[in-house]
Amino acid sequence: MLAMNFRGPYRVRIDNEKSIPAILHPNDAIVRVLRSCICGSDLHLYHGLVPDTRVGMTFGHEFVGEIVELGSLVNNLKVGDRVIVPFNVSCGKCAFCKQGLYGNCHESNPSATAVGGFLGYSHTAGGYDGGQAEYARVPYADVGPVLIPEWMDLDDAVLLTDIVPTGYQAAEMGGIQKGDTVVVFGAGPVGIMAAKCAWLFGAGRVIVIDHLHYRLDFVRQYAQCEAYDFKELGDPVVFIKKTTDSLGADVCIDAVGCEAAGNNMNTLLGRRLLLQGGSTTALHWAINSVKKGGIVSIVGVYGPIDALVPIGNVVNKGITIRANQASVKRLLPKLIEHVKSGVLNPKEVITHRIPLKEVAAAYHIFSRKLDNCIKPVLIPDNA
Amino acid sequence: MTDETSPLEFENNRGVDTSHIKGWGIDADPENDPTYPIKNRTNEEHKGYSWERPPQQPQEVEILKSVERPNITAVFGTSTPPAGLSGMIRRQAYKYSESSLGRWVPLILADRIGVVEGVIDDIGKGIFPNIFKETGWTGEWKYDRQRAMNRIAIAAAITACVVTIIVTRRGVKFNLSFLVPILRKLI
Ligand SMILES: NC(=O)c1ccc[n+]([C@@H]2O[C@H](COP(=O)([O-])OP(=O)(O)OC[C@H]3O[C@@H](n4cnc5c(N)ncnc54)[C@H](O)[C@@H]3O)[C@@H](O)[C@H]2O)c1
Ligand SMILES: [Zn+2]
Ligand SMILES: [Zn+2]
Repeated sequence: MLAMNFRGPYRVRIDNEKSIPAILHPNDAIVRVLRSCICGSDLHLYHGLVPDTRVGMTFGHEFVGEIVELGSLVNNLKVGDRVIVPFNVSCGKCAFCKQGLYGNCHESNPSATAVGGFLGYSHTAGGYDGGQAEYARVPYADVGPVLIPEWMDLDDAVLLTDIVPTGYQAAEMGGIQKGDTVVVFGAGPVGIMAAKCAWLFGAGRVIVIDHLHYRLDFVRQYAQCEAYDFKELGDPVVFIKKTTDSLGADVCIDAVGCEAAGNNMNTLLGRRLLLQGGSTTALHWAINSVKKGGIVSIVGVYGPIDALVPIGNVVNKGITIRANQASVKRLLPKLIEHVKSGVLNPKEVITHRIPLKEVAAAYHIFSRKLDNCIKPVLIPDNA
Repeated sequence: MTDETSPLEFENNRGVDTSHIKGWGIDADPENDPTYPIKNRTNEEHKGYSWERPPQQPQEVEILKSVERPNITAVFGTSTPPAGLSGMIRRQAYKYSESSLGRWVPLILADRIGVVEGVIDDIGKGIFPNIFKETGWTGEWKYDRQRAMNRIAIAAAITACVVTIIVTRRGVKFNLSFLVPILRKLI
């Protein structure tokens, strides 16, 4: 089958080296991929920032597909069903899954206890080949996948595998109360969704910070919020203090993660030399611009080693930090309702629909933010 | 530029008109304040590692397991098992905890060595890696032609250098002046 093949930082190709995956466990399913996205998280792999990303791996944790084969213990699906596949692999049985922490399953990643199992996301996340391919193996198919409703567009469905739940959970973890001022760092697909969802929790004001003008323009219109270029603001922390009568934002959301721009030292240590678990610039700003007693919600991804953050201010200000990988399965029923009622319209963030066989160009365009790219979707020829 | 402010710059701009926002406040939850747990608290973890485990996926490839757990998980990925020199380094790295740099730094090293092994592997199979294509060159050409041209110029300059050096070794005078127009174009 055709599958994306990672050859090293900034190098991927499409080839026929892998055969269609087989059922390896009675709870597995094999799906024929219908849509598959490239995510900001994939860029961390593509840029060589995630330890144990092996040459030859197929990435792709955001995909929807049609079931072509089922393991003997999967009774709730049948061949031909079209499913949304959450990016996290979750068993549904462990202590963490039972608590709704489906992004933190204890039975899906042998290689790192801190990290859940994610499809197509390095061996640090379980060593699964992913969905940037014609077919993919889906473990615990009786637990995570959800049928795509008849009325739902495949383009909406594929965004429900990750960025919509992640953006929603970013806002949810912010504990937003009616009237709160919410600042979202990052106007990528995740930040855009977080801004949109902040209103659903009753935010009084939503401010997005980034430096890519085409994304700021998009989020301003799509999420009906304010959006500013941090390069034009001077110190973004001072800007936020000024506009909140010096008190600070009620909630700050980090939707940037380890490749944050805006501070040369962080970029050098975190992105070039890999001496810390990523560039922490956005998180630094979030901690310093939230109010005393406020909440910082982190969904941006960081590496497993130490990273520099102003922890003293977390203590001095009594900040609560809430962070996680999105618990996609927990949120899907509610989010499907929101798409149905028109409260959320995910597919509008898709800017590029690219044939799977052009995966290398797709990565390059998304990584370099060419052609006003926000979210690229890969479409296999047989979809 | 310093960050000085004046008192007049501070404003209490809380709240905007939200009446036009579809779904405003529909998921508001007054209990979801800082201390409210995001998880549905069941105290399941108090019972330890005690749940009825899913069936075990048979282990047919080498899996590197974290020292922080007693077993491999019920399911796991089987992509690209450790091999070669990078595999040896990975095996060593997994002897250290997730809390140790001894775990993560060697893994990054192994990843980089894996790139070289990948090229050797490709050549062994008769594939000469098409670096231009693999780096998404076509996207660059389509949407950022200037940068694409610069990269061609750099590649041309390097090739020219190599050729010049080889020719020089054969006794022809060493001359780098041909680089000047190329460098001008780049700057
Ligand atoms: N926790 C989860 O479950 C989860 C799920 C999906 C993605 N993620 C993570 O969320 C992050 C964002 O993902 P994405 O797909 O939107 O990525 P993206 O790369 O498209 O967007 C990141 C944005 O941040 C902007 N940015 C860079 N530095 C900044 C700074 N200092 N301040 C403000 N903005 C800055 C960039 O210009 C870019 O627009 C990534 O780290 C990704 O790995 C987490
Ligand atoms: Zn993703
Ligand atoms: Zn589990």
